[in-house]
Amino acid sequence: MTAIRMASTTDPVGKSVPRIDVYEKVTGAAVFADDMQFGPGLYYGRLVRSPHAHALIKHIDASKALELPGVKAVVTGADVNARIGLYLIDRPVFATDRVRVVGEPVAGVVATSEAVAEQAVRLVEVEYEELPAVFDPVEAARPDAPLLHPDLGEYEVANFIFPEPGTNISEHFKLRKGDPASAWPQCTAIVEGTFRLPQIQHVPIEPHVAVALWETAGGVTLWTCSQSPFAQRDLISQSLGIPHGNLRVVSPYVGGGFGGKAGVSMEVYAVVLARAVKGHPVKVRMTREEEFIGTTTRQSLVAHTKIGCDAEGNLLAMETEYYFGGGAYNDYGVNIARAAGYSCTGPYRIPNVKGDSYCVYTNRPIGSAMRGFGMPEIHWGIEQIMDQLAEKIGMDPAEFRRRNCVKAGDTILTGMEMPAVDLVACIDKVAEAIGWGQDEEPSAPHKRRGKGVAIMWKAPAMPPNPGSSAIVRFNEDATVNVEIGAQDLGQGAFTVVAQMAAQVLGVPYEWVRISVPVDTKYSPYEWQTVASRITWSTGNAVKAAAQDARRQILEIVAEHWGEDIKDLDIKDGKVVSFKSEREQPLQNMVVYGLPNENFEGWKGGPIVGQGHFMPTYVTNLDFETGQGTRAVVHYTVGAQAVDLEVDTETGQVEVLKIASAYDVGKAINPDLVMAQIEGGAVHGMSSAFEALRFDESGQPLNPSLVDYRIATSVDAPQEIHGDIVETPLEDGPWGARGVGEHVMVQTAPAIANAINDALGIRFNDLPLSAEKIFLALE
Amino acid sequence: MANHTISVTVNGGKEYLDVPSNMTLLQMLREKLALTGTKNGCAAGECGACTVLVDGEPVNSCMMLAVEADGCEVTTVEGLAHRETLRVSENPKGLSALQEAFVEHNAVQCGFCTPGVLISAHALLERNPHPTDDEVREALVGNLCRCTGYLRIVEAVQAAAKAAPETGAGSLEGGAQ
Repeated sequence: MTAIRMASTTDPVGKSVPRIDVYEKVTGAAVFADDMQFGPGLYYGRLVRSPHAHALIKHIDASKALELPGVKAVVTGADVNARIGLYLIDRPVFATDRVRVVGEPVAGVVATSEAVAEQAVRLVEVEYEELPAVFDPVEAARPDAPLLHPDLGEYEVANFIFPEPGTNISEHFKLRKGDPASAWPQCTAIVEGTFRLPQIQHVPIEPHVAVALWETAGGVTLWTCSQSPFAQRDLISQSLGIPHGNLRVVSPYVGGGFGGKAGVSMEVYAVVLARAVKGHPVKVRMTREEEFIGTTTRQSLVAHTKIGCDAEGNLLAMETEYYFGGGAYNDYGVNIARAAGYSCTGPYRIPNVKGDSYCVYTNRPIGSAMRGFGMPEIHWGIEQIMDQLAEKIGMDPAEFRRRNCVKAGDTILTGMEMPAVDLVACIDKVAEAIGWGQDEEPSAPHKRRGKGVAIMWKAPAMPPNPGSSAIVRFNEDATVNVEIGAQDLGQGAFTVVAQMAAQVLGVPYEWVRISVPVDTKYSPYEWQTVASRITWSTGNAVKAAAQDARRQILEIVAEHWGEDIKDLDIKDGKVVSFKSEREQPLQNMVVYGLPNENFEGWKGGPIVGQGHFMPTYVTNLDFETGQGTRAVVHYTVGAQAVDLEVDTETGQVEVLKIASAYDVGKAINPDLVMAQIEGGAVHGMSSAFEALRFDESGQPLNPSLVDYRIATSVDAPQEIHGDIVETPLEDGPWGARGVGEHVMVQTAPAIANAINDALGIRFNDLPLSAEKIFLALE
Repeated sequence: MANHTISVTVNGGKEYLDVPSNMTLLQMLREKLALTGTKNGCAAGECGACTVLVDGEPVNSCMMLAVEADGCEVTTVEGLAHRETLRVSENPKGLSALQEAFVEHNAVQCGFCTPGVLISAHALLERNPHPTDDEVREALVGNLCRCTGYLRIVEAVQAAAKAAPETGAGSLEGGAQ
């Protein structure tokens, strides 16, 4: 490995170079937020949380807590009368008049140790008056449901989100295309079903942690594990009235994000607690239990979906209603419902579509961004219905998908033209890898074997104009520092942007450094590390910055040599002339410039390149129909196939093999793409068996890693086969588009289809617990 | 809270420490010695991110009191690359064969579980130098990883096992102890 590290990897784009952060990570040297040292002045914050799912706050008495030795401050909504949010500013920092979920913060305590803070939390007395609660999104959407947000009409909201004040509906997206009512009579086969997904949690192995320091002079610094340092700066600045330039967010390595560390969840508490003890840093660290119920979760979904096709297997019509259980606050979740609305057909050509996608307040933990952002939820039902339709008309499910899947140039459901992707190639690859059409023998007489296939699409779901920027600057020895505001969550963002910079600059990959940690005081702007957008968007910014630096270098040398810049290139760290065959190493000249003849003056100077990227072409969608010229920037598509066994004596599912193929446009680092494909397949598999459970009063039943099981090393399939398809994206760097989320979107329905193949039983509701399967077999 | 003076060998160096009786070994490593490579993922013995070796055995350091480590030899991820007994001689960076294999097989993503996984895998190869894939998976069942899907971790452990000498009990220690 050292050999590779010391090697000089030229033209690294497309090569599987080692991760740029891997040596720090295997030696324990990589610094995560909880590892940062703050000295003896550090205080600790803990949160007082609601024991009720829905209640009015009558009175808060912190006097006993304040008397406890070591307690420095207690902060409540009386001190912080502010709301925070990204798309819909609906969440009070601390609950003031009412609580809407078990675990909602009503106060925060600052103390000299975590233990004293925890003790003080129990001394804060809060008097509540309980209210009726509602947990199911369909029930919550009814006009007579208990109303969670009477002030919904007063909240600030993004111009593409449409709440319905007076109800619990925080977003309603409507998609209308063609005329489904007139198409149903032409359908030979129609399948209709209700599909339910529970709330699940991201379960990063690193729990959320934030440390804030409010300096007496007014500057505020927040150190936290964050996918969104700049969005956090923006949202917290707006919420608390801090000038953006006075709030500095520093984010070292992130120990897994999956969307849970996007936007603002608990970070704001460190800031408001630090304000109460200026001059002292305050650390707020989530316990594992708080991680489950006190950060964010994936929303629940109830989907009523009906799809029909003709005798030849052509899809004709679809009607669907998606009710996302957004939890107590939908500041981020509203855009998940919107994304599910404008992509509501899944990756299929359907001429007649009526779709309604709702985000609904419920008295559950906050639903927010999670890997896939609405797509795993809607594909769960769609992909099972497609299998059922294929069965009804006697067509192979893979063939049915080849026939109906979106293809380049199609006019898709929003009226947008489908950009070039090759989903058919993805289906072909997974079919081949899984041995589609061949029956395999189960490993024991009491086991049944089955195979299933599922396909997906997903667009980056974000505002129309999220920006990225980058700076590339040379050091004396021609090593290069790349500054970005994007974050590496493990997906490999730092590595691929280093490869891109090296490729453009003509220097070996090993010469590139990423300026970390991401720090809003020094790093250039980045919207958020979400939506699988970094390889594409930040990649474009880094490419532009590197091109800027490259142009500066070539101009200096061209002038020095008296040559045309068109005859020059940079190869392996040297400027070369194709014409004169001269060479000029980059060392020193990239900082000191080059001397004129006889040292009569100099030319050049320190090379610093800058670049940015922002999509400028996304258009608004019509409120009544969801139609518009360009709903999204692009789609990434893919297919998965699963081979599994079900134990009929226990109901347990063993996934033997998962085959995945995704059209990534261009794999900047193929092995990192494969690492996403493998990790995502296991994440997707695990998600099929996960559920946050609650009792009837809304108390969480399984907020621990013992009771909420995620896939372990023994659960992972024996084999994961990955294939990469490369249909270039028009505005992607080297054609690349993102794949970080897509790799888990359709795993659960692929498993459900394989279970149906094995048992002949359909399961419309997740999780696929052994108990449920066993009982269905009885 | 009573304090106790303990002596503990950490990554080969002797430490004399004053620790409260309720301090965990994890807190001692992270807060007293600033050995922050060992991670706190749940503080309940469920995730394995805090795994360290105590007298050669992998333990969840969040579930052991610091005073219980009195007189013990503790190895953390920071100790893997530098222990002289490890077979790292060909490598100027001083990584262990296991660490090298994790690099080579891209068995790391976010890296938060990695220290604990490395320690558990190291302990496995010490007691079973040539495990089967199932034995590797069993040995790592207490180390949760949400990123990698585990397969590359298993591959990396097997690559390190193959790199170990067949003789000398096949140990990564190379018989130098």
